Amino acid sequence: MPENDDMTLKVEELILKVEDLAVHFPLGGGLFGGARRTVHAVDGVDLHLRKGECLGLVGESGCGKSTLALSILGLQAPTRGRVLLDGVDIAAPGVDRKARARIVQMVFQDPYSSLNPRQTVRKTLEAPLRLHGVGNDSEVEDRIAEILRHVGLRPEQAARYPHEFSGGQRQRIGIARALILKPKIVVLDEPVSALDVSIRAQIINLLLELKETMELSYIMISHDLGVVEHMSDRVAVMYLGRIVETGDWHTIFTKPRHPYTRALIAAIPDPFGERPGVKISGELPNPLEPPIGCRFHPRCPEVRDICRQPPTPELERLEPEHAVRCLRAAELA
Amino acid sequence: MSGDALLQVENLRLDLIVGQRRFGAVKDVTFAIGRGETFGLVGESGCGKSITALALIGLLRRPLAFGGGRILFKGREIQDLSDGEMRKLRGNAISMIFQEPMTALNPLSPVGRQIAEMFVLHKGATWHEAERQAVEALANVRVPAPDRRVRDYPHQLSGGMRQRVMIAIALACRPDLLLADEPTTALDVTVQAEILELIRDLSAAQGTAVLMISHDLGLIANMCARVGVMYAGRLVEERAAQEVFRTPSHPYTSGLVASLPLLGARASHGRSRLKEIAGVVPAVTAFPEGCRFNPRCQARTEICIAQDPEETALARGGRVRCHHHA
Amino acid sequence: MKFRANLLIGGALFATVVVAGALAPFLAHTDPVMDANLMNAEVAPGGEFWFGTDAQGRDIYSRVLYGARISLTVGIVSQLINTVIGVCLGLSAAYWGGWWDDFVSGLTNLMLAIPSLIFALAIMAILSPGLTSLLIALGLTNWSYTCRLARASALSLKGQGYVQAARVLGYGDIRIMLTQILPNILGPIIVIGTLGMGGAVLAEASLSFLGLGIRPPFPSWGSMLSDARDQITTAPWISIFPGLAIFMTVLGLNLLGDGLRDILDPQSRARTA
Repeated sequence: MPENDDMTLKVEELILKVEDLAVHFPLGGGLFGGARRTVHAVDGVDLHLRKGECLGLVGESGCGKSTLALSILGLQAPTRGRVLLDGVDIAAPGVDRKARARIVQMVFQDPYSSLNPRQTVRKTLEAPLRLHGVGNDSEVEDRIAEILRHVGLRPEQAARYPHEFSGGQRQRIGIARALILKPKIVVLDEPVSALDVSIRAQIINLLLELKETMELSYIMISHDLGVVEHMSDRVAVMYLGRIVETGDWHTIFTKPRHPYTRALIAAIPDPFGERPGVKISGELPNPLEPPIGCRFHPRCPEVRDICRQPPTPELERLEPEHAVRCLRAAELA
Repeated sequence: MSGDALLQVENLRLDLIVGQRRFGAVKDVTFAIGRGETFGLVGESGCGKSITALALIGLLRRPLAFGGGRILFKGREIQDLSDGEMRKLRGNAISMIFQEPMTALNPLSPVGRQIAEMFVLHKGATWHEAERQAVEALANVRVPAPDRRVRDYPHQLSGGMRQRVMIAIALACRPDLLLADEPTTALDVTVQAEILELIRDLSAAQGTAVLMISHDLGLIANMCARVGVMYAGRLVEERAAQEVFRTPSHPYTSGLVASLPLLGARASHGRSRLKEIAGVVPAVTAFPEGCRFNPRCQARTEICIAQDPEETALARGGRVRCHHHA
Repeated sequence: MKFRANLLIGGALFATVVVAGALAPFLAHTDPVMDANLMNAEVAPGGEFWFGTDAQGRDIYSRVLYGARISLTVGIVSQLINTVIGVCLGLSAAYWGGWWDDFVSGLTNLMLAIPSLIFALAIMAILSPGLTSLLIALGLTNWSYTCRLARASALSLKGQGYVQAARVLGYGDIRIMLTQILPNILGPIIVIGTLGMGGAVLAEASLSFLGLGIRPPFPSWGSMLSDARDQITTAPWISIFPGLAIFMTVLGLNLLGDGLRDILDPQSRARTA
């Protein structure tokens, strides 16, 4: 069932719309004629992002959140579906990489491998500007100085190489690189999880400030639900290539409906040992042979016979902003 | 801790050797773990928590070296034991699990055999008997179909299953002390929760004391009775675990607690700007003079730069190393 | 400080050869080709002829100096061709993957399976002997090691965040390969290029020795050795001096390569950083 988000949203508020996106990877087969199998890494995802919003994308490894992000960035061609950035279908063939780059950018998880060790900060920030037609030397200098100040570094530091900076400072440089082209959307891939704990707050605060001052919209991938709760306006929970629950942050964190969302929250160690909730057992099933019926049923504490029957449940809207893919959603309130 | 502690670490010093120079990577660290107790060490990269564990199990290698202090295990000094004597303790009375089980398991040997080896090595069991015990050990760590899984090689198992196998190996000989160094950092949250529960349940059932090491203060507080907070090679605070969150005493600890976006905080108190700890984590070769936290500390005065603070016992229990502790 | 010794000795040996070749017209006593004088045939080293003379009475010292020009030209140019081919193929195969990678890897394995000297011999047999043909033959037959190294190094960097970031920033594929990947794999490429240069000098000597390289009377070290075969017992100096020159050059290049590896090795760099 395609999502009819437009019913509750003015079109002009939307900055990103993902329609029925699927990414399938063929495996095996080939030369000796073994059966070709397909991994449905992303399997029919509908998403939208409003201007100025931070959408948290959560789920465990293998749930398809990274593949989804790569598709949004245009780095992974979808098998099916569309990604509309500012109204332009960027997955369509022939869409200019550079045009896309000016709309959507990315901040990477690892501040060490995400900077070219042989380029100074200036070079890292200057090359994209030149590539995108900013030829005037003084304008280049101004833009570099401006963005460095925005991310809390000094313009003089542009002459240095990445190894001269600490992890937190490197992440600031990575953020500066993502923002140098003044994009509208930034994909944040685990932006603080590789940083020291005492440094994380600096980067989280910076990202939230920049969202306001530079009028950005974020899609944030994170497994740290504390960070997701703190930063997100809306949250989408993914399991085996599909969204199983989506809603505004408050609903997701205080009234989660899907047993998987509940299990994720219950799994976070509570320092005071007070958080209620049922933990789940088992591990992600083999994505080559997803379970029949509800894909979560082998691990679900609320499973009933009906959950084991096809077809796979649809993402049902409970409230204008809250949708759940669970046959028992109404009972589990 | 009283004299009946299982493990006593006294004024432990560990050095990082760079050329001709020795840097105090760990300095004057003192703590004790009682029998069956779960004690946590928490800190950031380079704070010395992992090398402390390596020192306890006799696995320090250059450029790291023992620099002084005493390690008492069941009242016996073990810091100067020979490799041979240490090997008898290791895996038998003290064992360890690591962050990445794949690197700690032998890729060329079925996991059942790797577990069985422990029984043969330390308990003198025959291979036949040991293999039967290996199936039991796998069942103990809640691996489904253990009689079939014993024949699997490590690469055939998921990360969570491999960590279970590591735990089975570590607990095979019912050790008195289990060192767990970031045992769940590489795992997904639901799997992490299961592994933590497993460690908690098995150690309680066997009476094994656990030294849990993590950068995740929430996890440590959840798992452990007491926690030691390390910063730049020093134990800066040692308290009952939940007290650390409620009434942190050291400025580093209170800064850390205030900087965490704790799950549930926004829903109950609304979103406020996170408190930041300024500055960067210092490198081992550049630990500051005086109190090692002083360049980042908001409560800093002149004495913090001039003088290394002594440990102070707190009236409400625990110890802190700060001139201006709360 | 072992690596410094490698670098210093290797560099000094190689520099000596370069200087000898470059200044040959000033250092040589006679014209290496024209000044045959049968009156002076097979004079032992000493006096007027430092390295002695050959069967045609030519001054071996002068011929060895001029020989350096040929050896260096062949070594440098053919290895440059090899490096360019190997890097282009290896880098693009790693970056693009798919059928192109399969094709390049297959071709590389094929090249590795054929002894490169035999392959070069075959090419030389088709082309007419001479310097240009030699450069082509040696330049087309020794790129497989460079290619494999470039591919493996590029493969390990392809997934790095900064390469991904360049794609996100809208860089073209070629630009990413040249600005993001190539500078970071250049160290090992330079090392293998230096070592390969030594190999090319040897290959040139072998081909010329077999009469398929530089043709007499031009003074290539290999052809000089070939000419000296008959007098190896009666006038050993005719073969000893060109042989020593080859030895010095190849040893120098190998030491230089090892020394460079110690400096350019990313791990030792990281330690000093």
